[in-house]
Amino acid sequence: MDTTGMVLLWVLGVLALVGGVLVFTLNSMARVTFALLGSLVCVGGVVAVLRLPYLGVVIVLMMVMEMVIMAVFMIAYMMNPAGLMPMSMLHNKRGSLVVSGLVFAALVAGIFLVPWPDRTGARPRDTTFQVGMSLMGDQMLTMVTLGFVLLATMVGATVLATHRGRYDRFGDDLDQRPANDPADGGVGR
Amino acid sequence: MTFELLLVLAAGLFSTGLFGALSQQSIVMIMMGVELMIGGVIVAAADFWYFLAPAAGSGQVVIVTAVVAMAVEMAMGFAVTTAIYRARQVDMTDMAEDLKG
Amino acid sequence: MAETGTWWALLVAPAMLLGFAAAALAADAALDARNAGRPITVSTVVRPFLAVPRAVLAQPRRLPASDRLLWRAGVITVPVAAVLSTLVIPFGDHVVADLSVGVVWFNAMEVLTWAGLWLAGWGPNAAFSLVGGYRFLAQGLAYELPLMFALISAATGAQSLRVTDIAGAQHGLWYAVWMPFAFVVYLAGVLAFSFLGPFAYPAGRDVAEGVLGETSGVDRLLLEAGRWLWLAAGAAMAVPLFLGGGAGPGLPPWAWSLVKTLLVLAALVWTLRRLPMVRADRYVELAWVVLLPLSVLQTLVPALTDLSL
Repeated sequence: MDTTGMVLLWVLGVLALVGGVLVFTLNSMARVTFALLGSLVCVGGVVAVLRLPYLGVVIVLMMVMEMVIMAVFMIAYMMNPAGLMPMSMLHNKRGSLVVSGLVFAALVAGIFLVPWPDRTGARPRDTTFQVGMSLMGDQMLTMVTLGFVLLATMVGATVLATHRGRYDRFGDDLDQRPANDPADGGVGR
Repeated sequence: MTFELLLVLAAGLFSTGLFGALSQQSIVMIMMGVELMIGGVIVAAADFWYFLAPAAGSGQVVIVTAVVAMAVEMAMGFAVTTAIYRARQVDMTDMAEDLKG
Repeated sequence: MAETGTWWALLVAPAMLLGFAAAALAADAALDARNAGRPITVSTVVRPFLAVPRAVLAQPRRLPASDRLLWRAGVITVPVAAVLSTLVIPFGDHVVADLSVGVVWFNAMEVLTWAGLWLAGWGPNAAFSLVGGYRFLAQGLAYELPLMFALISAATGAQSLRVTDIAGAQHGLWYAVWMPFAFVVYLAGVLAFSFLGPFAYPAGRDVAEGVLGETSGVDRLLLEAGRWLWLAAGAAMAVPLFLGGGAGPGLPPWAWSLVKTLLVLAALVWTLRRLPMVRADRYVELAWVVLLPLSVLQTLVPALTDLSL
């Protein structure tokens, strides 16, 4: 790790932590969401500095999309419409602080007490190629499982989130054309 | 030393997220806490891969899995929030205590 | 193959992007004049640029309870992301940063506009702006996946995410020729992420210019510049991805890059005036039901070609 890398790691690491803390201290819903976005973008940056450019950039890409969608839901569901009024929506704050503090202390103790092994093996020249080969090679089962999990999520999330079924769309005998949809849609189904 | 400090960063992100997930009432805020925890896992996985076993591609697969977990968590979280909100205008965990099992 | 890392490239790349964007804007003004039956003179072409000093000098509008931090951040993000995306785009033999994951970098920078435009809509604390921001997200969910598959098609064909590799892999046969659908989807994506023409829905007239509506002065200038910068960046990226980069007979590589970029840009400017604005709810269905399956099939073509080689 060269000097530039070290500086970047420090900056990104501190920013990630600050963003993480801001998520639970800011008042505005939009600012909270974008503090989390900032924190996770820094996580992506750390990953990229650790010679995983593909995963790092993909994390940035994904987090931006995710957090923007999250902001939409956040504003849709928070009872305080625009998040402009300062308010606290916490329960059991002291207990949570104690639990998370203990977890942090235990983790840090573990980090410094465990005799970590030395590095084994050399870094590949192209880490993107490495992750691709592993996902399409010896980790194929993981890849397939992840694929099915994502498919199940797509189906499950759609089923949970929609309240309309095919009888609502096509009528009791499923013969109503065009479908009775709240929005028209672009291909005239 | 960088190795340990990065792990401390991971632990910090994880604990901050844990505090949020435990203390927030709104379901969306709880999901933010969980996202932050998974962010910590990603940092730790990248750190382990870089400093301990860079020759093993499976270290990177852990990061891929964590990213997928984030996406799944968010999609299902919003789906459940939408479903429960539609059923009884609830968006806070304390109002849905009867679902405790 | 490509020359990288010269310090002046850091200055030249944004300047050239600005030049292309200005050319597109001038062409648009000229076409405006032609449609209105006015003669095309120097002044018609220069007129849109008079808005620049006007915007810089104008007194900014202040709004009650606006979220200035996020608003400013969003407004700045759009043009800055456009400039950052050009880091990986080769021009002739030159490229600022020849990243091994250039295609993903371009895509990530393009996705930053989502955040930028939503924030630009959220910031002013005004209903129509926010509607505009939401509209861009709805449109984004529609155009993004087909666009990603179009990028993946080109990357799969070259078996590399490095943009110069993709440009170099098209000896003689452009990807636009044997992946025409990916090319068209990519160009549609360019219009969509620069929210111009048929995809001007987030800034539509029916919501009083949406995300642009409440901005004034330099903010307005930055957002408008962001639109045209993105159009120029998208056109410049189309050249290495689908049109063989700087390769061509006779002329030096930089001249071919210039010619091809200008041609793509001209085609885009012509197209964005010919098509009516499409509503996001219509485009979402079209994108997911028609474009996305076809894009996946399109990606299958280079994938199978790779396997058979």
